[in-house]
Amino acid sequence: MNNVSDAHAEHAHHPTGWRRYLYSTNHKDIGNMYLIFAIIAGLIGGTMSMIIRTELATPGDDILGGNYHLFNTLVTGHGLIMVFFLIMPALIGGFGNWFVPLMIGAPDMAFPRMNNISFWLLPPALGLLIISMFVEGPPGSNGVGGGWTIYPPLSSVAGHPGPAVDFAILSLHLAGASSILGAINFITTIFNMRAPGMTMHKMPLFVWSILVTVFLLLLSLPVLAGAITMLLTDRNFGTTFFDASGGGDPVLFQHLFWFFGHPEVYVLILPAFGIISQVVSTFSRKPVFGYMAMAYAMVAIGGIGFVVWAHHMYTVGMNVDMKAYFLAATMVIAVPTGVKIFSWVATMWGGSIEFKTPMLWAIGFIFVFTVGGVTGVVLSNAGVDVALHDTYYVVAHFHYTMSLGALFGVFCGFYYWFGKMSGRVYSEFLGKLHFWLTFIGVNLIFFPQHFLGLAGMPRRYADYPDAFAGWNMVSSIGAYISFSGVIVFLIMLAHAFMRKERCADNPWGPSATTLEWTLSSPPPFHQFNTLPWIK
Amino acid sequence: MQQTDTGQHLTPAAKRVAFSCIVAVAAMLGLSYASVPLYRIFCSLTGYGGATATAESAPDQVIDRLVTIRFDANVAQGLNWRFVPDQASQQLKIGEVGLAFYRARNLSDRPVTGTASFNVTPAKAGEYFTKIECFCFTEQSLAPGQEMDMPVQYFVDPAIADDINAGDIKTITLSYTFHQTPSKVSETSNSSQRN
Repeated sequence: MNNVSDAHAEHAHHPTGWRRYLYSTNHKDIGNMYLIFAIIAGLIGGTMSMIIRTELATPGDDILGGNYHLFNTLVTGHGLIMVFFLIMPALIGGFGNWFVPLMIGAPDMAFPRMNNISFWLLPPALGLLIISMFVEGPPGSNGVGGGWTIYPPLSSVAGHPGPAVDFAILSLHLAGASSILGAINFITTIFNMRAPGMTMHKMPLFVWSILVTVFLLLLSLPVLAGAITMLLTDRNFGTTFFDASGGGDPVLFQHLFWFFGHPEVYVLILPAFGIISQVVSTFSRKPVFGYMAMAYAMVAIGGIGFVVWAHHMYTVGMNVDMKAYFLAATMVIAVPTGVKIFSWVATMWGGSIEFKTPMLWAIGFIFVFTVGGVTGVVLSNAGVDVALHDTYYVVAHFHYTMSLGALFGVFCGFYYWFGKMSGRVYSEFLGKLHFWLTFIGVNLIFFPQHFLGLAGMPRRYADYPDAFAGWNMVSSIGAYISFSGVIVFLIMLAHAFMRKERCADNPWGPSATTLEWTLSSPPPFHQFNTLPWIK
Repeated sequence: MQQTDTGQHLTPAAKRVAFSCIVAVAAMLGLSYASVPLYRIFCSLTGYGGATATAESAPDQVIDRLVTIRFDANVAQGLNWRFVPDQASQQLKIGEVGLAFYRARNLSDRPVTGTASFNVTPAKAGEYFTKIECFCFTEQSLAPGQEMDMPVQYFVDPAIADDINAGDIKTITLSYTFHQTPSKVSETSNSSQRN
């Protein structure tokens, strides 16, 4: 089938030069753009985190010179950029666009032009967010200092009279519209464009993970859009949705935000689950253990994810019965998540394991995600959470699941599919060096933060008492180690594109069973013009 | 199939799926706005977050259990009023009707209309703290320099005795904050019985 596709690609009429990308309707080109965009955004967000850790390395005012609002602005920018402009574009836009059509045997996405606008909404969204850092927020200071959750009244006119919050809101609107359009595209593609014989229950788990993810996006993002639109009209047009003086309630914003926000954290992690399943299976030379349980565990995580949101807000004054409900519902999520962890371990069990770079990232993912999951169960207890709310324990928890978990998933997929996407071969040495620097670095950053949180160090302050100095220094040293990993990653990329070696169609051997490995590396511009038959 | 990138290969099934997705997005957006009144109803029904209840008349039962009501007064930013409770606290039996007064004075040189928002702590007492008559039910207008006594008639619902989670309540703090009524939104603030 490759011959047919290749011949077609030669005479296909598609734009060249810059038009190839600006006008692109090709899922692979768009996937590439998403990945490059995610790398650039990740470098911006990562630089912010380095500034944060440098400020926090020792007590007192360091490089920010006592500008505490700037610190909060960096925290806000770091959070929003990493969530909306690194993890989501990389996992969903990048790998989703690249491999969902390939894995289900489709020629392209269902709505190729909508795919184009999905991507091109993102650069303006990132631009608006960066502009927001340079226009006035609170009187006399620039930028939004309210954190990625932008709770009113801090984010309303009372706290941020300047236009910075408005820019951030419009940025989220664009990013949200981009993701909703992408979600519609994926759902239509997966439901309608599977190759003959590719039933739902034969789909690779990565496709399942994207399917569940985009359903979460489809149902949760409109609620965020509604909430931030209410905030926007409160700020500019005199409505009082969240303003007590007009009969509104700021706590309503928290409910709406977390009704979106909790599914959103599963949006960040579910595609990583899918990637880990493919990689663990490939490098253990075994089919994944418990395919159906793995697929429906993701569906269950997604479903329960919609009814646990108030565990982010135990301190707003809920009565004890509501806390008990949200506590129980939250703990239930540990069950399907445990099913996944144990199934990965069972896949490896007795397998012929090969520790190539993607497999290292996958095992690293299982480790850090388990740590983050365990602290999540701790925090789900309403009574415990009242003590740990907004401390570094929470910071450690969600960075173990997202910064480490989701990011390890991104790099796992990147090394797994790098040869397929680029046709180049990465250096196994540089890949492994990248992994070990990152693994040691991020654990040094975030594990001590559990101790800081338990000792009572609160989030979102640029300074802290001397008692917290030791572990903060360790944490900052870890940050520099993991940033050196980022530099190794960039060297690895440059090295791979400079060397002459080319990637085979299937470098991983017979246990890489999904359809993308039946194509050339990189795949032809258009593939599957003759649809593959799945037996 | 030659031009895979023009969307011409879309089957009716694909269009149906895409259309369903758009309907789902619109429904969730609508739900986020519908949550505003729904949340208000939910709060007033359950006393969530210390929202208080209202009643037409006194309860027909008084329980021999004392509870202390403390009174708190605040003035929001931008309103030049003096607003204080006449009494720091009152002690009464559950089910007994109490009458307390606040005093407000307009310190500015022009007439000002204000609305009071209110809640009680602990929050779990909200559904049992019931007002029969309150100055916070309507807007209050004060002429320059005018001082006014503002009454609130209330009781603690005897149903509190049946709530195992409320057994430790010995003190309830009733708090008001006066806000300057924004001229355009007076309707919503009037109908709002909570916060």
